[in-house]
Amino acid sequence: MTTEPIYKTDALIAENIDAYLEAHQHKTMLRFITCGSVDDGKSTLIGRLLYDSKMIFEDQLATLEADSKRVGTQGGEIDFALLVDGLAAEREQGITIDVAYRFFATEKRKFIVADTPGHEQYTRNMVTGASTADLAVILIDARKGVLTQTRRHSYLVNLIGIRHVVLAVNKMDLIGYDKATFDNIVAEYGEFARSIGIEDFTAIPISGFKGDNITGPSEFTPWYSGPALLPFLESVEVDVTADQEQPFRLPVQWVNRPNLDFRGFAGMIASGTVRPGDQVRVLPSGKTSTVSRIVSLEGDRDLAVAGESVTITLADEIDCSRGQVIVAAQAPLEVADQFESTLVWMDETEMVPGRAYWLKIGTQTVSATIHQPKYEVNINTQEHLATKTLDLNAIGVANITTDREIPFAAYADNRDLGGFILIDKITNHTVAAGMIHFALRRAQNIHWQATDIGRDHHASMKHQKPAVLWLTGLSGSGKSTIANIVEKKLARMNRHTFLLDGDNVRHGLNKDLGFTEADRIENIRRVGEVAKLMTDAGLIVITAFISPFRSERDMVRGMMQPGEFVEVFVDTPLEVAEARDVKGLYAKARSGQLKNFTGIDSPYEAPENAEMRIDTTQMTPEEAADLIIARLIP
Amino acid sequence: MTQKTLTHLQRLEAESIHILREVVAEAENPVMLYSVGKDSAVMLHLAKKAFYPAPPPFPLLHVDTTWKFRDMYALRDKAAKDAGMELLVYQNPEAAERGINPFDHGGLHTDMWKTEGLKQALDKYGFDVAFGGARRDEEKSRAKERVFSFRSANHRWDPKSQRPELWRLYNARKAKGESVRVFPISNWTELDIWQYIHLEGIEIVPLYFSAPRPTVERDGLTIMVDDDRFPLREGETPVTKSVRFRTLGCYPLTGAVESTATTLPEVIQEMLLTTTSERQGRAIDHDQAASMEKKKQEGYF
Repeated sequence: MTTEPIYKTDALIAENIDAYLEAHQHKTMLRFITCGSVDDGKSTLIGRLLYDSKMIFEDQLATLEADSKRVGTQGGEIDFALLVDGLAAEREQGITIDVAYRFFATEKRKFIVADTPGHEQYTRNMVTGASTADLAVILIDARKGVLTQTRRHSYLVNLIGIRHVVLAVNKMDLIGYDKATFDNIVAEYGEFARSIGIEDFTAIPISGFKGDNITGPSEFTPWYSGPALLPFLESVEVDVTADQEQPFRLPVQWVNRPNLDFRGFAGMIASGTVRPGDQVRVLPSGKTSTVSRIVSLEGDRDLAVAGESVTITLADEIDCSRGQVIVAAQAPLEVADQFESTLVWMDETEMVPGRAYWLKIGTQTVSATIHQPKYEVNINTQEHLATKTLDLNAIGVANITTDREIPFAAYADNRDLGGFILIDKITNHTVAAGMIHFALRRAQNIHWQATDIGRDHHASMKHQKPAVLWLTGLSGSGKSTIANIVEKKLARMNRHTFLLDGDNVRHGLNKDLGFTEADRIENIRRVGEVAKLMTDAGLIVITAFISPFRSERDMVRGMMQPGEFVEVFVDTPLEVAEARDVKGLYAKARSGQLKNFTGIDSPYEAPENAEMRIDTTQMTPEEAADLIIARLIP
Repeated sequence: MTQKTLTHLQRLEAESIHILREVVAEAENPVMLYSVGKDSAVMLHLAKKAFYPAPPPFPLLHVDTTWKFRDMYALRDKAAKDAGMELLVYQNPEAAERGINPFDHGGLHTDMWKTEGLKQALDKYGFDVAFGGARRDEEKSRAKERVFSFRSANHRWDPKSQRPELWRLYNARKAKGESVRVFPISNWTELDIWQYIHLEGIEIVPLYFSAPRPTVERDGLTIMVDDDRFPLREGETPVTKSVRFRTLGCYPLTGAVESTATTLPEVIQEMLLTTTSERQGRAIDHDQAASMEKKKQEGYF
C-alpha cells in the first residue's frame, strides 16, 4: 500500500482546531466527473477517495459490509459499487439509473464528483453530470486498453466542453505495473483524442484497489514521473477562475425592488469582473449606464467576480428585467434569433421538427422551433448520419429559431450564455440540452432587396392581372384535366400562364418528399412559394394539387396579394372518384399497397369558403373550364 | 488577470443564492420549510443574503410535531422575527386530536405529524414550491436527489419522472396541482455547514453545544428528558450528563452524544474526529435499509 493520509493536518484537528479552521477556510472547489463502468474500477476508485478522505463513517462502513454480504457481487468482499448505487429500485435491479453526486475534501480543495454509471441511459446522464464539471477522469482498464466506450466517453466530454481530461489507466497492479502497456495505451488514446479535438490530457497509471498513484507516487511505478491523481486534482485551474478573464456578463435573474428608492439587479456573474464606476450595456435593448453599487448584506463591495451571486445598481433609470444581460459596454454580446446548435435529446418522446418548445438559456425563457436535424452523430464512431428526428440519447446538429432576439455567446466561449435546455410545452419535461455554435448569418444579414422592375411592371408588360387558380380535390376528381383545359383556353386568349401539377412537381422540386403529414405540408409550402414568385413575374398560375389540409391552403392564400388567390374546389364524391380510378391508385390503397392515401387512410378537409365549387357530377371538364375562366376574366 | 480566487464556501453560497432567486423569479407561491436545525439556519441566512436589502419574499413554515425541544421553539420565533419574515406554524389537527406521540405510536408519529402534516400545510396555503434544507451527503438515496424535486398533485416523489438538471438551468415549469421541493444547500456537506456557521456567525440552537442535561438510555440512544411529558419507565431516573446533539428533531427520538464541546470550533473538532455519520442519531432511519427513500416517496421531505 502506498496510501498517504489526505489530511496531513489531522494532528492539527486535535491540537489546534482554530488553526485548522483558518487553514481550511481558503479551500477552493473543483467539480469533476468520472467516466467508466464498474468493470473499470470506477466505484472502487470513488470509494477509495471517499474512504481516504474520511467521508465514509464507521456506521456506513458497517452497513456496507452487511450489504456486501447480502447483495454484493464481490463474493463477500466489500463491494464499493453498493456505496455509490443509491436507490433501492436500482439495487434490486442491479442497475443504476441516474447521476449521483459525491463529496470529499482535501486540505486544498473540496471536490464534488458526478458519478454516472454506464448503461443505456448513459448519454443523458453523462451529459448532465458533465455540464457542471471542470474536469473529467476517464477510466481505462489496463488489461483492456482503449475500448469503444472510452471513445464514447471522450467524445461526450469534449462535446460538453470540459477543458481538463485525466486518462486514469487503472488496475496497473494486475499487469505487473508494466510501463510498455501503459505507454501503448497512452499513445493509442492520444491519437484518438486529437482526432476528436481533445488537445491535451494527463495520463496517470493507477490502482484504485491498491492505492497506487492516488494520493502520492507509487513505489511500483518508478518510471512514472508525473503527478498522482489527487495532487493533480488539487492543482488544476477551475473554470470559474478562468472565466474572470472574459468580459463582464451578468444575466439578470431577479429585479430587487423593496421600495421606490432602490432598484437592484440580481444574478450570478457569468464571466468577467465588475466594479462601481464600470460602464455597462443592457442587452438586447442596448441602453448604456454605469454601475453605481455592488450591494450586499455585509455592506457595499468594490469588486465582484465570475461565479458570484450579486446585486448591483445602475446610475441611470433604464429598463432592465429578468432575462436581459448586463455586459461590459465596450464588449457587448451578439444578439440573434436563429442559431446552429448541438442537441442532446433526453426525452422518451422523440423530437418533432417544426414544433414549438420552451427554450431556457441563462435566465430567460423563449419559444423556439427546431428545424430538421442536419445530421445525427453516432457517438461510438463519431460518424454523421442523416436523420429526420432525434430519439432519446441521440446527439445531432440542428438549426433553431427563437420567437425573439436573445443575447447569447457561443457555448465554447461561455457555458452560461451558450447552453440551453428545451422544455416540452405540454408535459413540461426537460427534453433536450443544447449548445449554441453560432448565429445564422441569414438571420442578421439577409434583407429584402428592392428591385426596380417590380411585380406591377411585369404584369403590365403582359397586359394581365396575375392570379393563382388553386384547384383542390380528391385524387381522380378531375383537377389535372380541368386545369389543362383552362390553360389551353387562356393560351388561345394570349394570356401568359403556368400550370403547376402535383405529379410533375414531385418529379423535381419536391422529389425528396413523401406522403406523410409533414411532407405533404412541406410540399404545399414549396408550391405556394413558387406560385408566389410566378405571380410576381406577372403570370396566371394554375395549380392541381390534392392539398388536403385547410391550414396549408390558407397558408398559401396568405402568401398572395388580396384577391389574387382563387380557391377552386373540384368536388367529386369519393365513390365517383374511386369508380373512375384513372391511375389505379384507389385499388392499390384499398388493398393496403399504398399508405397515407387521401380519402382512404388520410383525411381530406373540404374547403369551407372556396371562391368556386365545381360539381363534376353535373358538368363536363370543358364546362368547368369555361366557368373558371368566366370568373377570372369577366 | 485573475482578480480573486473564490473559496469553496463562497462558491457554495453563490450557487445556493442563485437557486433561491431562481425560485422566487419563477414560482407563484413559494415557502421555506424551517425546522430550526443548523441546516435550516444556514438556508435562512442564505435567503437573507440573496434578497438583501429586501427581506426574503416568502414566509417560513414550521411543520410542528409539538415534540420538539423547548430551545428550538424559542429560536424559531426569534429567527423569524429577526429576518422580518412571516412564520407559519402548522400542526396536523388529526394527530393532535388522536394524541399521536413518539412513545405510544412509533413510526405513526413521524408519518402523521411530519409527512401528513407537511402535505396538509402545503395544500392549505397552496404553496407551489417549498425550500428544504436537505443535503446530498446526508444519506445514499439523497445523493441522486435533484435540486428541483418534482412531486405529483398528491405529493408523491417518483424517481423515474425527475428531470435532468444541466448547468445552472433549472426547469421549474409544472402543471396545476404539482409542486416542487427545492434544496438550495444540496451540495453542502456537514463540514461545510459548520464552517459556514462559524465564519458567518450564524445563531444556532444551544442544544448543539454541550451542557449538563437530564438523560435516559433508550434502545441504544441517549435521550434527553426535555419536559414532564416524558413517561419514565419503572426504575428509570434521568441522569445528568454532559451531552450535545449533532442533529435535532423530536426530542424523544433524537439521540445525544456525550461531549465536552461548548464552542463551535470544539464542535467541529469533534465532528472531524468522530467515526459515525450524523444520521445515526435519528431513530427514524434505522427501520429498514432504504427507509429514507421509502419515506421520500411517501412525501416525507
